[in-house]
Amino acid sequence: MPEMSAREVLFDPIFRNNPIALQVLGICSALAVTTKLETSVAMAFSVIFVLGCSNAAVSLIRNYIPTNIRIIVQMTIIASLVIVVDQLLRAFAFDASKQMSVFVGLIITNCIVMGRAEAFAMKHSPLISALDGIGNAIGYSLILVVVGFVRELFGSGTIWGHTIFPLSNDGGWYVANGLLLLPPSAFFIIGFFIWVLRTFRPEQVEQEG
Amino acid sequence: MKRDSTVQTLVVATMLCVVCSVIVAGAAVGLRPRQQANKRLDKKKNVLIAAGLIQEGQVASQQVIDEKFTENIRPVLIDLKTGKRVDASIVNPDTYDQRVAAADPKQSEPIAPAADLAGIKRREKYAFVYEVIDTGGTLEQLVLPINGKGLWSTLYGFLALDSDGSTVRGITFYEHGETAGLGAEVDNPKWKAIWPGKQVFDESGKIRLEVVKGSVPPSSPNVQYEVDGLSGATITSKGVSNLIHYWLGPDAFGPFLDLLHQPKDATPNA
Repeated sequence: MPEMSAREVLFDPIFRNNPIALQVLGICSALAVTTKLETSVAMAFSVIFVLGCSNAAVSLIRNYIPTNIRIIVQMTIIASLVIVVDQLLRAFAFDASKQMSVFVGLIITNCIVMGRAEAFAMKHSPLISALDGIGNAIGYSLILVVVGFVRELFGSGTIWGHTIFPLSNDGGWYVANGLLLLPPSAFFIIGFFIWVLRTFRPEQVEQEG
Repeated sequence: MKRDSTVQTLVVATMLCVVCSVIVAGAAVGLRPRQQANKRLDKKKNVLIAAGLIQEGQVASQQVIDEKFTENIRPVLIDLKTGKRVDASIVNPDTYDQRVAAADPKQSEPIAPAADLAGIKRREKYAFVYEVIDTGGTLEQLVLPINGKGLWSTLYGFLALDSDGSTVRGITFYEHGETAGLGAEVDNPKWKAIWPGKQVFDESGKIRLEVVKGSVPPSSPNVQYEVDGLSGATITSKGVSNLIHYWLGPDAFGPFLDLLHQPKDATPNA
């Protein structure tokens, strides 16, 4: 693997090597939290924090981790960080933590977090690993925010809780699209996102056959 | 390098466990007072919202909430079985945590499956009733804590009734894990605004208050008892109906409300 600059490590995962759009990792949580923009953003920040720290921590002890228990070591580090984030949210951002409820815990099972620990942090120094983690988390967050934006706007007619399209239930003109509030809609939006991305970056299209 | 030796594996695993548990335990213990303060404040805030003393979404500082709460709200502990007040010598209202009590076998009792409309299995023996007092000191409203199963989660909330215990003044849910946009609309202010003015009981004393499927036509003969269902959230709506029937029924606040309906006890604090 050619040595990459810090800049590439940080910004590549946003469009060139997006964990959701190209690697198709972490879509499970992208379905769960994106019914509202607010929870998407809270989730995005939590993942950026966890992924940055977990990559740094795994990388820090990478030379001491016995190969046969490495996965469980990574898992333990990630799980501990997630619990700390959850506790911090409950103490300092109570309303956000109420909104996110169980989803914070689900960061543990986010494939991106473990994927980066295993694929990158085990082989690189702590600083660059942290950047890789943050970069990938930003790539993930980008999709989360886009999906959250579309789902909240067309599903509830609001953005960040503020009414944009007055709903017909409340006497407005917009009939909310209930499908967008259900998890499958996130698949469609992610699908569209990948389509648009690959139209502009044809090198991401997989070869057929 | 003995990196993969058994000894190294055990040493790394043990050290990792120790370090991680210290961090996790430290965060949990260190932040607990703050988290509990948040929870208590949130609860007070929701009592005030149910009573209509502060508006939903209004940014109220801790000080404002505390002030309004001490000024207008008088928490009273009652024994659910008899409906009578519990003396502070039996249960100290300052330290009593109703949520903890509901799960504690010593402070709660099992609910017979047939009576368990709310799907909560156990019910605490003592419950808070938050009396809302107006500036003149007269009892104006009663805020009752309610909870029960929705689709995914247990909903926790408050129901505010008139001082006669039969007209709804407000409802709020402060904790639930229902689907965002569907079941989670239980905390939509517009839906909650339908509740005030609804009647709980008919002439024969039967609980009629109910969330129906779809919207209630204005011509419906039961319009004073019925609340529009949440669209796309049939089970959550049903859950709200059921938990209200349970908590206002004979197994929970029923005896308390019965005492209230008797004229001589109409002002229990006189």
